[in-house]
Amino acid sequence: MSGAQDRLPRLLALVPYLLARPGIRIDDAAADFGVSAKQLRKDLELLWMCGLPGYGPGDLIDISFDEDTVTITFDAGMNRPLRLTGAEATALLVALRALVDTPGVADADAIRRAVAKIEAAAGQARPAGVAVGLGVREGAGAAKAREVVQRALGAGRALRMTYYTASKDEMTERVVDPMRMLIVDGRGYLEAWCRRAEDVRLFRLDRIDEAVVLEEAAAAPPYAEPTDTSSGLFRAEPDQRTATLVLEPDARWVSEYYPVEDVQEVDGGRLRVSMRYADTSWMVRLLLGLGGEVRVEQPVELAQRLRRQAAEAVARMDRHLAAT
Amino acid sequence: MFGRGGCERVVGGRYGALVSVARAERLVNLVLCLLSTRQYLSAERIRKIVPGYADAPSDDAFFRTFERDKTELRELGIPLEIGRNKVADPVDGYRIARRDYELGEIDLAPDEAAAVALAVRLWDSPELTGAAHGALLKLRAAGVDVDQAAPTMVESKVRTTEPAFGPLLAAVQAGQAVAFQYRRPSPAELRERVLEPWGVVSWRGRWYVVGHDRDRGAPRCFRLSRVVGEVRKVGRPGQVSRPEDVDLMKFVASSGGEPQPPAGVRLWVADGRGAGLRRWAEVVERREVDGVPGDVVDLELAFPDTAAGWIAGYGADVVVLEPDVLAKAVRERLLAAAGGGL
Repeated sequence: MSGAQDRLPRLLALVPYLLARPGIRIDDAAADFGVSAKQLRKDLELLWMCGLPGYGPGDLIDISFDEDTVTITFDAGMNRPLRLTGAEATALLVALRALVDTPGVADADAIRRAVAKIEAAAGQARPAGVAVGLGVREGAGAAKAREVVQRALGAGRALRMTYYTASKDEMTERVVDPMRMLIVDGRGYLEAWCRRAEDVRLFRLDRIDEAVVLEEAAAAPPYAEPTDTSSGLFRAEPDQRTATLVLEPDARWVSEYYPVEDVQEVDGGRLRVSMRYADTSWMVRLLLGLGGEVRVEQPVELAQRLRRQAAEAVARMDRHLAAT
Repeated sequence: MFGRGGCERVVGGRYGALVSVARAERLVNLVLCLLSTRQYLSAERIRKIVPGYADAPSDDAFFRTFERDKTELRELGIPLEIGRNKVADPVDGYRIARRDYELGEIDLAPDEAAAVALAVRLWDSPELTGAAHGALLKLRAAGVDVDQAAPTMVESKVRTTEPAFGPLLAAVQAGQAVAFQYRRPSPAELRERVLEPWGVVSWRGRWYVVGHDRDRGAPRCFRLSRVVGEVRKVGRPGQVSRPEDVDLMKFVASSGGEPQPPAGVRLWVADGRGAGLRRWAEVVERREVDGVPGDVVDLELAFPDTAAGWIAGYGADVVVLEPDVLAKAVRERLLAAAGGGL
């Protein structure tokens, strides 16, 4: 928030902000406005030139400083912030409402009270035209897992859990050091240091089958970095393979669901995509399920393995049918 | 430290001596001036009073600058009133009504402020992150303390990565109809839609636009990721109004089709295989199929229509025993994956 465009709103907010906090440290004010202390001093210097017509002593905004702190002694009539714009009210209220219905996120009652107060203060700036439902699908299992996970997070304890790893289609026992919970695209996750993988991992709550809070304190190593989810949960890794797929119209959802690159329209509403995958058995499961809706162009080994496993499955079914 | 006379920059600046007044400074002075007056001030009067306008080289230059300044104030949401003090006044004047300018009194309890901090962090979007921060700035200026660094147990992000999001949100907020190419996946079709947009809706991490589809003559919702190319404005702003009784969220959340009744199925699963499937299954008995030992399991399917794909994914490790229709659907898929002929 340091561009020239952001400066005027900041200047207008600064006077009432400081008025409400006499003697605030300049560093703290700068942090609240998301600018450097140097920029904030420049802003104050500018405001100090501004005031009411006449522009003499007693008309100009007056600011008193000492080494680190600042106090407004005359506000020139700018003692309240500008009302919220429609866009601002929308962004804030829609986000608050989205959180109300999300299990375990925050105190729903506090959110409702905040919404009511902001609506009352915002007055005519009615939010409209944007709605957000995080739509977290939480079955009974995931709800139980979430409660245990939140207990562990709250108490700062390690967690033992039975976890279903979809990529390998296997159940594993793990001891993890919980770091935080996240909701991404309607799904709840636990981010934790996994002692088994010796790395930070995201665990889907609906894949945690059993979880026990341990006596032991959670101790993620200091170098355990939170995952950057700003571009989704999939991350390109060097050891991943890439398949070239042609998706029939009925399988186009794959391109919206999984991370694909080099998307190319082909005739008949089909789509050619490159898709990264870490685990071949997982990829084969996906492709088997898509049946004839997808054609594997590359790699050849994947296409062969897919055909072979499909043929084996059909053969088994037919032998089973013949035997009964 | 600087104070009156203590700052070098003051020379020629404070107390009215005008040396090329910075734009931001001129605008702050303009706001303070218009807030403090109950009379409408004409442009000429403002030109004389507010520091920065007097040095405009010509009338033309002054009016251009003044127009630009008014636009900037309006874009910030500052309610600029236009009117005349007396009927006889030759030109319109300007003022800002304090009660329309000022944010109402607000005082948030710590848990309410914590909710606000969490809400501001929800957005991961060029359009909405900025607006939420703008709101936060004003709440803080109203004296509310919001600690954004406070740790939260649950982090949630709503992203707006689709290129169509910005233009559609702008169209919704301006009440303007739009046209765009839309690709329906199945049956495959790419064609132009003309929509009177009522709102943009994020549901389970996907963005939709809801509105009145002019060609269909009915309300429709469209997934933003399927909008191809540019979103064009086709009407004038203010032409579209959202019906009072429409609940955008319900519209999107319910258009996923009727919920299906759960269906019971019986499967054979080879020993040591199908872990994902076994999580939900109840073992009924042991059985050998095709010479391979395994379990017969019962399963309740919440989404029977997607079950064939999920089960086919397990290949030879799972055989559908009941119902027959599911067994056939799975076989069909696997046959196609095998390349048709065997």
